[in-house]
Amino acid sequence: MHRKIIDIWVGLFVLLGAAAVLFLALQAGNMSSLSFAETYAVTGKFDNIGGLKPQAPVKSAGVVVGRVGDISFDDKTYQAMVRLDLDPNYKFPKDSSLKILTAGLLGEQYIGIEPGGDTKNLVDGDRINRTQSATVLEDLINQFIYSKAADGKESSK
Amino acid sequence: MILRFLESAGATVRESIESLGFATRAFFNLLRFAPGAFRRPALISEQIHFIGNYSLVITIVSGLFVGLVLGLQFYVNLIQFGAEDKLGSLVALSLIRELGPVVTALLFAGRAGTSLTAEIGLMKAGEQLSAMEMMAVNPVQRVLAPRFWGGVIAMPVLAAVFSAVGIMGSYLVAVKMLSLDEGAFWSQMQAGVDVNRDVVSSVIKSFVFGIAVTFTAVFQGYHVKPTPADVARATTRTVVIASLLVLGLDFVMTALMFTQ
Amino acid sequence: MSNLVEIRDLEFAYGDRKILSNLRMDFPRGKLIAVMGGSGCGKTTVLRLIGGQIRPQRGAVRVGGEVVHELRTDGLYRLRRKMGMLFQFGALFTDLTIFDNVAFPLREHTDLPEELIRDLVLMKLNAVGLRNASKLKPGEISGGMARRVAVARAIALDPELIMYDEPFAGLDPISMGLTANLIRNLNDALGSTSILVSHDVNETFAIADYVYFMSAGKIVAEGTPAELRVSQDPYVKQFVNAEPDGPVPFHYPGKSLADDLGLGAKR
Repeated sequence: MHRKIIDIWVGLFVLLGAAAVLFLALQAGNMSSLSFAETYAVTGKFDNIGGLKPQAPVKSAGVVVGRVGDISFDDKTYQAMVRLDLDPNYKFPKDSSLKILTAGLLGEQYIGIEPGGDTKNLVDGDRINRTQSATVLEDLINQFIYSKAADGKESSK
Repeated sequence: MILRFLESAGATVRESIESLGFATRAFFNLLRFAPGAFRRPALISEQIHFIGNYSLVITIVSGLFVGLVLGLQFYVNLIQFGAEDKLGSLVALSLIRELGPVVTALLFAGRAGTSLTAEIGLMKAGEQLSAMEMMAVNPVQRVLAPRFWGGVIAMPVLAAVFSAVGIMGSYLVAVKMLSLDEGAFWSQMQAGVDVNRDVVSSVIKSFVFGIAVTFTAVFQGYHVKPTPADVARATTRTVVIASLLVLGLDFVMTALMFTQ
Repeated sequence: MSNLVEIRDLEFAYGDRKILSNLRMDFPRGKLIAVMGGSGCGKTTVLRLIGGQIRPQRGAVRVGGEVVHELRTDGLYRLRRKMGMLFQFGALFTDLTIFDNVAFPLREHTDLPEELIRDLVLMKLNAVGLRNASKLKPGEISGGMARRVAVARAIALDPELIMYDEPFAGLDPISMGLTANLIRNLNDALGSTSILVSHDVNETFAIADYVYFMSAGKIVAEGTPAELRVSQDPYVKQFVNAEPDGPVPFHYPGKSLADDLGLGAKR
């Protein structure tokens, strides 16, 4: 009947839309922030977080092991407090250290976590004390200019 | 002289506010009767067919061309920085975040919006809506609501299809024509497109655009003066108002969704 | 004989334009009453007021004892289910077949099974002589036939009150006679009350029980067709005898010809 044919076409139409959305979600996108898996939280304090943003990856040996959760400011120590949500499948020793690194030269910033040697592992709520702040480009340039200037002075002596 | 100018300016402002209020009331009136339309799913499914299926061809063809062009344009510019493997990511983000919902909504306003306005306007001019009222059937629920739902359901589907086809078009240009690395194309794209932030926002945007465009179309048709000349003017008004609404809402939603 | 519809002291205006003033009409049950007059005299407005599509500024229209404009939506819809209306050019739903058009009120307002609806629709179409055209669409039939389908649709629920808005406009003589007989026979067969708005004198006088003549929103004459044919009222005489000039002027009001050509005395 006329009605049934229309229903078939409409069904196909909606299926096509669902397929398109699935394609976009799976093939074109990454589901990283969609996982509602359990994580355990670890905090670290930094003098300067540079351009670090929430949801930035936490990597170890280049592999994503978690995401940056909350970034806040501690006005007693005047440092940035960063909360890391780590994948519970990966355990790190209590004396691991955090570095803020840049992907490529001008890319997004992420946190690299380097394992220490402690036998005990980090658990939910722990604080990591060994942190290295982000490299601010301007300081790098200043360093470069001053070292060039120093070289110049020496060679002209 | 100046007094007359101020007078007419004031009148224009007052009339605009009046018609804005009228349109808002009509919107809530439609929403009030809209859920009742689900008691006759056959009507809604029929409208999805007329509005959605019949717009598929123009959506797919446009999506393909936009994807092809984006692929070429981004390539020409990225190659200067040696960053051409970011091509997939940039094209996908442009399509999913902006071009998919917005361009589809504009095409939708032109194709489906005008046909809705004309159809309802002609029904009004032919007294069919009055006849329905006299037969104790509410035309808002019987005629407007199914078309409203048809448009609201069809728009996100069309926008998703547009984005998907566009990405495939840029794939054709990048990998097949310009010999970019296929692996880099997809992996950079996957790294750049976040489902939560980008794909979901895209669906939300197209849903909102669907509401705006479809409501404008049925509203203009329903309130037309029963003459052929005014029906024609109403279809033009639909395209203009719907397009401006889409662009304005796009700005508001982008500001809400993509800035922190 | 009680009245199904009563209009008392009715006043209606669009903004500043007065359409109806001080209207008083009775429509007794079972009768066929005609409302006649020239274009723009307000007769279609009367139908709209009875159907509740517009509200009067003053006065009241009572249908079956209820004041129409005081009814809320559900009451109004309940009332309308007892009415059938024929719009001027049929107003059939162009996207549905003739069968579906006539079935529309049955499907919307009753829970009857499809087989029963089919029989009812075919009977209504048979009454207007279009049973074999049920599969066609309104675009495929002539204007006269579309009008008849609209009649079938108007009587689908066997209404107590049937209103006809210019049912003879634009019909050929055969269709006109046909439609007039149909209106009369249906009224008697269904036992309903019919209100006929028209400006066709011959056909209307042949079938009406009582006629109201309107001009510029007021009733200028009323009576049975026989009484009106011999009336001396100048308006009725002009209308019934189709005289070009009389109380309804030929010329659009304004300046006289002499003034326009500059030949007027005051210059």
